[in-house]
Amino acid sequence: MASGEFVLETDDLSKEFKGFFAVRGVNLRVRKGDVHALIGPNGAGKTTVFNLLTKFLTPTSGRILYKGEDITRTSPADIARKGMVRSFQISAVFPHLSLLENVRIALQRELGTSFHFWKSDASLAALNDRAEALLEAVGLTEFRSHMAGDLPYGRKRALEIATTLALDPEMLLLDEPTAGMTHEDIVRITDLIGKVAQNRTVLMVEHNLSVVSNLSNVITVLQRGEILAEGSYDEVSKMPEVISAYLGTGNG
Amino acid sequence: MIRILGLVVLVAAALAAPYFFYPIFLMKALCFALFACAFNLLLGYVGLLSFGHAAFLGTAAYITGHSMKVLGLPPELGILAGTAAAALVGLVFGWLAIRRQGIYFAMITLALSQMIFFYALQAPFTGGEDGIQAIPRGHLLGFIDLTSEIALYHFVLAIFVFGWLVIYRTIHSPFGQVLKAIRENEPRAISLGYRTDHYKLMAFVLSAALSGMAGSTKTLVFQLASLTDVHWHMSGEVVLMTLLGGMGTVFGPVVGAFLVVSIQNYLAQMGSWVTIIQGGIFVVCVLLFRRGIVGEVLALIRKLRERQARTG
Ligand SMILES: Nc1ncnc2c1ncn2[C@@H]1O[C@H](COP(=O)(O)OP(=O)(O)OP(=O)(O)O)[C@@H](O)[C@H]1O
Ligand SMILES: [Mg+2]
Repeated sequence: MASGEFVLETDDLSKEFKGFFAVRGVNLRVRKGDVHALIGPNGAGKTTVFNLLTKFLTPTSGRILYKGEDITRTSPADIARKGMVRSFQISAVFPHLSLLENVRIALQRELGTSFHFWKSDASLAALNDRAEALLEAVGLTEFRSHMAGDLPYGRKRALEIATTLALDPEMLLLDEPTAGMTHEDIVRITDLIGKVAQNRTVLMVEHNLSVVSNLSNVITVLQRGEILAEGSYDEVSKMPEVISAYLGTGNG
Repeated sequence: MIRILGLVVLVAAALAAPYFFYPIFLMKALCFALFACAFNLLLGYVGLLSFGHAAFLGTAAYITGHSMKVLGLPPELGILAGTAAAALVGLVFGWLAIRRQGIYFAMITLALSQMIFFYALQAPFTGGEDGIQAIPRGHLLGFIDLTSEIALYHFVLAIFVFGWLVIYRTIHSPFGQVLKAIRENEPRAISLGYRTDHYKLMAFVLSAALSGMAGSTKTLVFQLASLTDVHWHMSGEVVLMTLLGGMGTVFGPVVGAFLVVSIQNYLAQMGSWVTIIQGGIFVVCVLLFRRGIVGEVLALIRKLRERQARTG
């Protein structure tokens, strides 16, 4: 198989915390255009993999390739500039900024005025239309002037997705995008992810298996830091070791 | 409407003040208000607690003092030289400290500022324990005689307003928006592609430069640059002023600075009791209103508005 079709590849990726391997020898291959799900019981190492991929953690060993380029030593801000943008498991918003401002923070970097301390922030109003459109896509229009910190948890997650999408990333990493959402919100966000995935690659951690089966074409199952299984939803869900790993934690 | 009215009253009060209060007292308070505002840019809007800001005030004080007394520079260039020197020291300090978080950041800035203190104690041009004294005030732009206290007051007021406006604009700029994002959630700002260290360093240098401008102006007012300006007490005092008035608010540090300077002035005859009273006030304030005076007032207004919106 030509490696050109993989957007993201890891080579024997490991992360050790004081003698404990949270991630061990992971070879992950994410194909361009796929919605690739990373699932596994609590503590399997999913978030740690995300932190390694986006350089919030330095791997103990192994390599990471993004579009064929070695990014093992790249800084987290530069990862985002290369088009790979993540969301966080614990909702990450800017609590004392309005929803509109939250989304605008993501949009404003492209204006190239982010160091201009002498310029009025009224100049950012040029981004309002796009920010509002993004808020509308996640169903938050009516709250646009509320402080992000005042939103209930599920809506914060929706705001985070809108902010992530504002960067128009080639590759999206979503850590449990539907956690804490109501059923209605889950439907909306699943639709949205499905829509935005049409012209980009998505790697997502998700506990809600109906979301996983709806959206993803490839699933990697992680257990105790190692890859346990990989394949389509139908393949993976029939594997006895996956069933036992999942039933063992009462999840699924 | 209320805002414009408030502004007019404020400007009128500022212009009339020297006819009702000692101009020297007012100028001292304005210098410290600018110092506290500059410090607040870092603490209130980036979330960085520096414990070494005396280094910037003091460096600028010495450079201005030396360049005016020994090199004979006019006041405007003296202040510019002091401000530039403080910015340079800020660049070095910031470059060394900015990657640290929380208490480590405070410790490194304290350690670095102590180095400046010992340098000031030893270096020949600073005059050691005596400092640089009897610095001539000179003529502003060659024709405004600053030995006139009223003229000097207006110059100091203009510098304060300029510095305050720079800070106000910085906070309300695209850059300020990124600073707020970093303060609120730095990992998230990074994940959106911001190289947050660069922004923090830029804010640090701005804060250092404006602190320096305050120090230079103070030197012009008192015709003195001394070890008091670089002492760690000074770094502590600016923290006190900012917290007392309300960090993260644009007027808080001004109120805090006026309060602290007033306390020091009116209680001066009580000697070392001043420090104790000041400490007592600080403890009471921290316990009673954690947002600082202006912060509490703003919170109260917000609460009243919300209640009005709900009932009306
Ligand atoms: N910074 C850290 N220091 C020490 N141990 C850590 C650290 N981060 C994660 N771990 C450990 O690594 C293991 C994997 O954690 P991780 O958060 O990656 O799991 P996860 O698969 O995302 O779980 P969940 O489904 O609960 O989100 C856990 O046992 C966790 O305690
Ligand atoms: Mg996790």
